[in-house]
Amino acid sequence: MTVDLLVGVCLGYVVLMFIVAFAADRAALRGRVRWLDSPVVYTLSLSVYCSAWTFFGAVGYATRSGLEFATIYLGPTVIFCGAWWGLRRLVRVARMHHVTSVADLVSARFGKSNPLAALVTLIGVMAATPYIALQLQSVSLSFRAFTVEPDSASQGGTALWVASGLALFTILFGTRNLAADERHHGVVTAIALEALVKLVAFLALGIFVVWGLADGPMDIVARIAHATATDPDLAAGWQLQPDRWTALIVVSGIAVVTLPRMFQVMVVEAADEDRLRVAGWAFPAYLFAMSLFVLPIAIVGRELLPAGSNPDLFVLSLPLSQGQNALALLVFLGGFSAATSMVVMSAIALATMISNHWLVPLWLWMRRRPDVGDAEDLGEFVLNARRLAILAVVGGGWVYHQASGGSAALAAMGLVAFTGVAQVFPAMLGGLLWRGATRTGAYAGVGTGLVLWTVLIFLPSVGIGALPHYPAGVDSLAGSIALSMGANILAFLILSLTSFPDPVERLQGLSFVHAVEPDAPGRSGGGSARGAESLLALSRRIWGADPALRFFQAEAVAQGKSGFLPDLTPRFLTRLERRLAGSVGAATAHAMIGRVGGGSGLSVSDLMEVAGEASRAKEEARRLETARAELARTAMQLREANEKLTELSVQKDSFLGQVSHELRTPMTSLRAFSELLKLPDLPEADRSRFASIIHDETARLTRLLNDLLDLSVLESGQVRLGISAANLHDLIGRALDAASSSGPGRDFTIDRDLPGEHLPVLTDTDRLLQVLINIISNARKYCDAPRPELRIRARRRPDRTTEIDFIDNGSGIDPDRQALIFEKFSRLNDPMRAGGAGLGLAICREIMTALGGSITYLPGQGGAAFRVTLPRRPPTMGRDGRAAAGAGR
Amino acid sequence: MKQRQPLFLERASYRRRRLGDAARILPVLALMLLLLPVWWMPGLVSLTGGAIWLFCLWAGMIGLTALLHALLGASDRKARWAADAGGDAEDEGDDDR
Repeated sequence: MTVDLLVGVCLGYVVLMFIVAFAADRAALRGRVRWLDSPVVYTLSLSVYCSAWTFFGAVGYATRSGLEFATIYLGPTVIFCGAWWGLRRLVRVARMHHVTSVADLVSARFGKSNPLAALVTLIGVMAATPYIALQLQSVSLSFRAFTVEPDSASQGGTALWVASGLALFTILFGTRNLAADERHHGVVTAIALEALVKLVAFLALGIFVVWGLADGPMDIVARIAHATATDPDLAAGWQLQPDRWTALIVVSGIAVVTLPRMFQVMVVEAADEDRLRVAGWAFPAYLFAMSLFVLPIAIVGRELLPAGSNPDLFVLSLPLSQGQNALALLVFLGGFSAATSMVVMSAIALATMISNHWLVPLWLWMRRRPDVGDAEDLGEFVLNARRLAILAVVGGGWVYHQASGGSAALAAMGLVAFTGVAQVFPAMLGGLLWRGATRTGAYAGVGTGLVLWTVLIFLPSVGIGALPHYPAGVDSLAGSIALSMGANILAFLILSLTSFPDPVERLQGLSFVHAVEPDAPGRSGGGSARGAESLLALSRRIWGADPALRFFQAEAVAQGKSGFLPDLTPRFLTRLERRLAGSVGAATAHAMIGRVGGGSGLSVSDLMEVAGEASRAKEEARRLETARAELARTAMQLREANEKLTELSVQKDSFLGQVSHELRTPMTSLRAFSELLKLPDLPEADRSRFASIIHDETARLTRLLNDLLDLSVLESGQVRLGISAANLHDLIGRALDAASSSGPGRDFTIDRDLPGEHLPVLTDTDRLLQVLINIISNARKYCDAPRPELRIRARRRPDRTTEIDFIDNGSGIDPDRQALIFEKFSRLNDPMRAGGAGLGLAICREIMTALGGSITYLPGQGGAAFRVTLPRRPPTMGRDGRAAAGAGR
Repeated sequence: MKQRQPLFLERASYRRRRLGDAARILPVLALMLLLLPVWWMPGLVSLTGGAIWLFCLWAGMIGLTALLHALLGASDRKARWAADAGGDAEDEGDDDR
């Protein structure tokens, strides 16, 4: 088989993965997540546990150590047998707190402490770098198995190509957006497909070996018996050592929970904990299927292949030696899948940890000032930090692979990584089960474990220092595992028992151990609209404008308010913090909200209140709570309606007054100047000047009367719409032309998204144009920035409505005035500059209502911002139009 | 014996709790069955006999877990149905205890 063919197949496979990931992301974007969320996809994605180390290495491991290879799969099997009460609880608690990684889980439990998360991240990175190097090595080794003459110069190239491709894939599909719940449908679906390829390849090879090369299972058993009887070295290697057996089962069972990539697919990407009902037996079944043929392949490979061939490559060299090129290609793709899925998932998980616990806190620390108002896009920063971290993780693996020369030393790295991440487990389990576990204890446990693991296991494995000496009869790996884990647990227990937790920690402990959602009390928000607006600005910088607005609007609706700014109740703040934690980690979210929302001190009495409530009376309290929330919502709606009514009545009164006033002013000057015109000896120049003043005043009067008439027609719902189709781009262009020809000639920058504007709209174009012109000329009049700029963005939403946003960079509108700007005669700033009667926005609102759409003010966008929403098609004319207009109010 | 509705509900929830207990015991049992033979008679379970023992045990564990999870799922659905139908005696958080 030629290398070209191999590279071609490989590239084709990679392209397929890109297409699958892309299609799944698209489907998820359109809300079609049903099959993406199925337990089968979930179970298959869990098989990212089987990396290239197990795909290739299991046979090598079995050749050297016999049944011991199975420990790596037995540990997870035991853990998943207990999935119903163990893992389910973990997933539920983690999802409740929107945990983004294993480091985030530990940090959130122990009082949202970022240094602790940074420490856990360090372990993750140390353990994963050689492990990723191992995956790259396995791919380049399997390439080499196909080439006739080993060309060592090209091998580094293979690893580099693979690493770059994987980094690209991960960046493309792993950092698309900063979703609040951190799920990557595209990546997970691609990995599920790769899991299928892995399984099919390995099973095909196993069936070929057992029934093709040997004479069925009985023959295999006989061959094993024969080989171990005739070769004493083999029999000695296969002898199971109880301490090693136990230590490896325990460590691999722990690692399946704490490995960053496993935590990512098992907890973070899970839709809910119910998936584990199927995965609880299906994942062990997957592992069983992957292990069933390991011994047969090992024993047949040992018999058929020349002595001295690398047992780690038996899975490839066996079919190749038998001339089964197609099978070998399938196995190659299986191994390739195993390596790539591990690298992609590890890179995503580690990048999340690195950016959330290293880079973002560092960045926040470097810019200490409260920077709410600046327009900097924090979400973009986090995404870039993540992309950088992905490059660093994959690049680090490649550099390690090059530096270690791709030697056999890498083969042990799987176990080294397992024992490393296992050091997090005592703190994690203790935190979930024991309310007495404290942050100090966690520091001590994880720290002790990290140091001992580094000295006893990690450094010797990379060739620094020597393996520790244990008494005869004690296996060195088992001894080191027992020593590091033992010291870890002991330090964790002792310091937890002797230290005292702070209130936040106790609250989090309560929430984690009893799996209840706490409402952080005592955080007095002040309840000002300005506070809510700065929080909205903060969320916008992380999630982007639309998701932030949607979340705030939903929260406001839940409180019974209209608009975008909810009251700063403790419940709202807690929910917001947890949603933010889903993007940047618990510790950072806590710090950010604390900074923006003011002090976040929790007093002990607040804590006692919560702790007392969370007991038996939970159910009762919840029921009362629902009733009270309903009442509060109704009361809030009533209050709002009442306020509005009072305001309206005042407005009606002042409306009449204002109309008379607005009419009288031109009238007065008309009368005065016409009196003047009557004077006989008026110079001609004055006469024509007065005449033109009279003309201007009548024009103003006419305009005002036109506006009033327009408004009354619109309000009565008797407007006739002339529906036609138009291109939004043309409409905006026309509106800009019209607005710039009429207004004062200020230098004004327009920022348009030309390609995005080409949207066909079906509406009354003249009326829409009137609205657009009004908004644009308002921006020209009122934008007070030294270099005024107007950003226009149009887009079509999934429900086929069209949104047009107009955002300028001025100082915007005060929160307490935002509710009034759409009312009649409401000129906000000084009336002299306005030059209109203050009816423009009121007319705009009526027009948009008549068109079946809306116009709203968007708070927290860094300036005055208006959103015009158009429905897919206008309401039918006549009575229906009226009904729609009535419903829109 | 006549079965009244509350008695039946009581019984169902009792059964569900015991199924939960079984799901808790299963991993412990599995771990013991995996570890003890190797500590007691490593020579006997290292070679072909060991392989047969291990894979049979493994398959058994998977089968038992599947059975237990199916039963638990079914009784959960039944409990939810009963709770929706008006039975208020169910305590949803009991798997934490």
